[in-house]
Amino acid sequence: MAGPTRGFLGRRRERDPRLPPGQYDAGADWPVLTAEPTPRIAPETWSITVDGRVESPTTWSWDDVHRLPASEYRGDIHCVTTWSKFDTHFAGVSVDTLLEAARPTADAHFVMATAKTGYTTNLPLEDVTGGRAWLVWEFDGKPLPIEHGGPVRLLVPHLYFWKSAKWVTRLTLLQRDQQGFWEQNGYHDRGDPWREQRYQGD
Amino acid sequence: MTEPTLGLGGRRAPAGGWRTATVAALDRPTPRGVRLLLDVPHRVEHLPGQHYVVRLTAEDGYRAQRSYSVASPPGDPQVELFVERLEDGEVSGYLADVVEPGDVLEVRGPIGGWFVWDGRGPALLVGGGSGVVPLVSMLRTARDRGRPDLLRVAAAARTRTLLPYADELAGAGALLALSREANGVRRPGRLTAADLVPLVEPGQTAFVCGSASFAEAASRLLVDELGMAPADVRVERFGPSGGPAA
Repeated sequence: MAGPTRGFLGRRRERDPRLPPGQYDAGADWPVLTAEPTPRIAPETWSITVDGRVESPTTWSWDDVHRLPASEYRGDIHCVTTWSKFDTHFAGVSVDTLLEAARPTADAHFVMATAKTGYTTNLPLEDVTGGRAWLVWEFDGKPLPIEHGGPVRLLVPHLYFWKSAKWVTRLTLLQRDQQGFWEQNGYHDRGDPWREQRYQGD
Repeated sequence: MTEPTLGLGGRRAPAGGWRTATVAALDRPTPRGVRLLLDVPHRVEHLPGQHYVVRLTAEDGYRAQRSYSVASPPGDPQVELFVERLEDGEVSGYLADVVEPGDVLEVRGPIGGWFVWDGRGPALLVGGGSGVVPLVSMLRTARDRGRPDLLRVAAAARTRTLLPYADELAGAGALLALSREANGVRRPGRLTAADLVPLVEPGQTAFVCGSASFAEAASRLLVDELGMAPADVRVERFGPSGGPAA
């Protein structure tokens, strides 16, 4: 590995312990980074389906998910493009609640999340269970803006944020891992910011 | 279901690991921009539209890294990056103001397989400001292959002076949409659907690159006003963080 870069000082820093390696605090900003045109999705046309390796494939409408037990996340999010955002507040439903209804089969080990746009991202099942993943439709007490994935996005805050698929509409449980959109395009299959798993091979 | 499919259909774009690059030359063609020509030993050849990560390390081990699109076409002896200095930009400020020829930089690339032109299909390229950089790589690739006819280009900026590669773009027939000054018969103003209409042809893939607000506005023009299918519009947005992820 190369040594110091000549003349590079970097920002004056007292490193916030909440920042994973290689990340910086974006402050109040929440950059929008997507690979496709922003879709327009009316809540009444949105639904979420859990299918694949499950006992009972299930689809919930916008009204249906609102009748499920509410769950929220307060904490930090981290984007692979190196910004992090502290103290976010999202509300929606825990992915655990959906999986309890759909009942994954014993051979289900991975999840492919699919968005209305066709965007996909793959996750190990254990990363979306145990209170670590949500479907969210509120940010800071207001409806989730469409550019940030509204009406409903996946939220998996302990992984880089491309895993938190915007406009999510389907969770497909899989026996074997398959690569999603950015993963096929060189990004890491798991994406743990604390291990700096940005690209394939990290 | 009639959902579009994003992805390469199983094809993989080339990806390279960390390399120690040497700055062979640089110049500052715009007031806030620096063009870096890098010698990258044992590099993996990129495709037009891909980017590199540049990582800087301070004496105490502190590191910062950002992504920058490649302007050079595949086959060039050097990798050409164009970097615009952002306000308070930790990495861009260093690259724009401090780097000198002979300096050594850690780089990683090429990266990205979505915002990539295959060099064969017709494409509409729409760039705002330094968002033209990956489009320049596509233009040069088309030129090298003798197929400049495949590409139609629109480039937007406040003024011509602020637009990277303005002369090269204009020479390739690009429409320059300048919001603060007239360009020939075109009055000052933001990019409009009317600007794009003459550039649209059947079968095109659109490549839109620029700031989040530019990319949103331009992709809206293509989809809502010109009727392009969203699945045919590939977007690369960059914010203060620079880079291509979701």
